[in-house]
This record gives sequence, C-alpha cells and structure tokens, in this order.
Amino acid sequence: MNDPVPSVPPKAPRWALWLPLVLFGGFVVLVLFGLLRPAEREVRSKMIGKPMPEFSLQPAVADRPGFARADMATGQPRLLNIFASWCIPCAVEAPQLLALKQAGVQIDGVAIRDQREDVEAFLARHGNPFARIGADNVSAIQFAIGSSGVPESFVIDGKGVIRYQHIGEIRPEHVPVILEKMKEAGR
Amino acid sequence: MIRFLLIALAVVLALPSALPLAAQDKLPPAPYAYRQLADPAQEAKAHALMQTLRCLQCQGQSITDSDAPIAGDMRHQVRVRIEAGVEPEAIRAQLIESYGDYVSYAPVVNALTWPLFAIPVLLVLVIGVVLRRRLTTRSA
Repeated sequence: MNDPVPSVPPKAPRWALWLPLVLFGGFVVLVLFGLLRPAEREVRSKMIGKPMPEFSLQPAVADRPGFARADMATGQPRLLNIFASWCIPCAVEAPQLLALKQAGVQIDGVAIRDQREDVEAFLARHGNPFARIGADNVSAIQFAIGSSGVPESFVIDGKGVIRYQHIGEIRPEHVPVILEKMKEAGR
Repeated sequence: MIRFLLIALAVVLALPSALPLAAQDKLPPAPYAYRQLADPAQEAKAHALMQTLRCLQCQGQSITDSDAPIAGDMRHQVRVRIEAGVEPEAIRAQLIESYGDYVSYAPVVNALTWPLFAIPVLLVLVIGVVLRRRLTTRSA
C-alpha cells in the first residue's frame, strides 16, 4: 500500500464524481419535458408549396359538378374543403364556410366516403357553400395531398399550388386567418 | 323479477341501434381494404409494406393492424398500386412526400437521425479501445 506502483492510472478528477448524478438529472428533465408537453397529434401535410397532384373526381351531388386538377388552376385562389356528411365537426364549420363564401371565397368540396342522398341531406340542413363537390369513396385525394382526416381545408393558389392547410373544423376565430391566406395566395 | 330482467335486457340491446352512429360512414370498405391480392407474391409485397405504414388515425398502429376507415383506404391504395406493378419503396416514397417521415415506420438515416446509428458504433469503438488499453497494461 505504501509503495507506489508507477503503472497505476492517475485518479479521475473530483468533479467526475458528480457526472452520473448530473446525467441522471438531465435525463429526468428530458422525461418530464416529454411528459408535460402536450404531444402533437396532427399529421401535417408536406405538400405545402407543391402543386396539386393529378386527380379527377365525379360529382357527389346532382346540382354541383365534380372537378379535376385542371379546375384548380384558374388564376384565382380557391379553398379546397375535405368534408363528409357523417363528420360532426364538418357540421360545426358549416356556418364559417358560408361566411367565407359571403366574403367571396370560391370553395370546392370533396365528400369523403359518402353517399349522394346523405351529402344532399347534409347540405340541405347546413347550407351549401360549395361551387363544386367531388366524391372520393376511397380517400385517394387525401393520400395525394397529405390530408389525414375530416374536416381539413387547403388554400390553393391560382396556379394550382397548395399554399396552406387548416386541420380540423374552421371556427369563427379561424375565418380571418383563412381570408388572409386566401389574399396572400392571390398575390 | 325474471320478466323485469328480460325487459331490461331487451332495452339495453335495443339501445345501440337507437343511438345515431356518430362519425361513422355508411359506405362498405374499399375493395382491397380487407381482400388480398390474387397473386401471393404481390400480396406478400403489399403486406410487408403495409406493416411499416402508420395509420393516420390510430397513430400507434400500422395500417395492417387498424380498422379505421382511412387505414382500410390506404391498404386499398397500396394493393391497387402493387397490383399495377409499382415498387413498394416508390409507394412509401409517395406517402412520405405527402405526410413526411412520420407515416413510415421503416427507419431512415437522415440529417436528424444519423446520431442514432453512429452512437452505438462509436460506443463499441470506445469500449474496444478502453479494453485494449486495460488488458495491455495488465499484462505489461
């Protein structure tokens, strides 16, 4: 014990004693941060800034035409609303869509997994803000534009480029935001 | 008493049909949502891909595991495209283009995730160096 051995490695510095505790503390902070911060559950589209993909939809009701990709690039921005008659938040946003129409917004709707008589009953009850309504019974347009549920709304500019995505129902406080995005898309 | 119980049972059984089914579409599932492709090789390809695609509604599940309508529709998309001869990785790439990496369970190496792959390799190297040094000093 008394005779020093030259090959023994030098002792670790004192502060190294605290290193495991500091690492553990950091880990606890990380876990707490992950636990207390509400998780983002929405899957946002990655198609913002990209042109609308190719699609063509049959009309969903008798008195509105269906539409295709070419109809979206008309020189004027349009609002693309993904909805369904069986979707309760879609009924909640109906007055806001009517208000947007009143403000001069051109709105095209896509009825997801829906039946003609159900869509017609839905529109009769909640009003019809749509210029065109396409039917998509296999959600294909959603996979193409990165929409993961109903309702969702997309601002499409005059060249057919997706400019903005709104996830969930449009509440009264969202109307000015959408109008602003429509204006931006029209520039 | 028994009559009362029978009536109560009948009322309970009748309830679900009396309530409106909220947020549920009435359409039958898409053709290929629950039907396999005729060609077993193609179905195997589709199945392997579907197991690594995330359901957008039930986000902890793959589309193979989920009965959400949108998962059924995505299975339909995958099978239709596989049947048309599209490669699975091209289908995955298209979905990632729409939704981002989150839609795929298959791990990818990119600017954000490379440390996950590099750190274990680095650790093994460090352990190797430390062990080597220890063992050589011990024997010296």
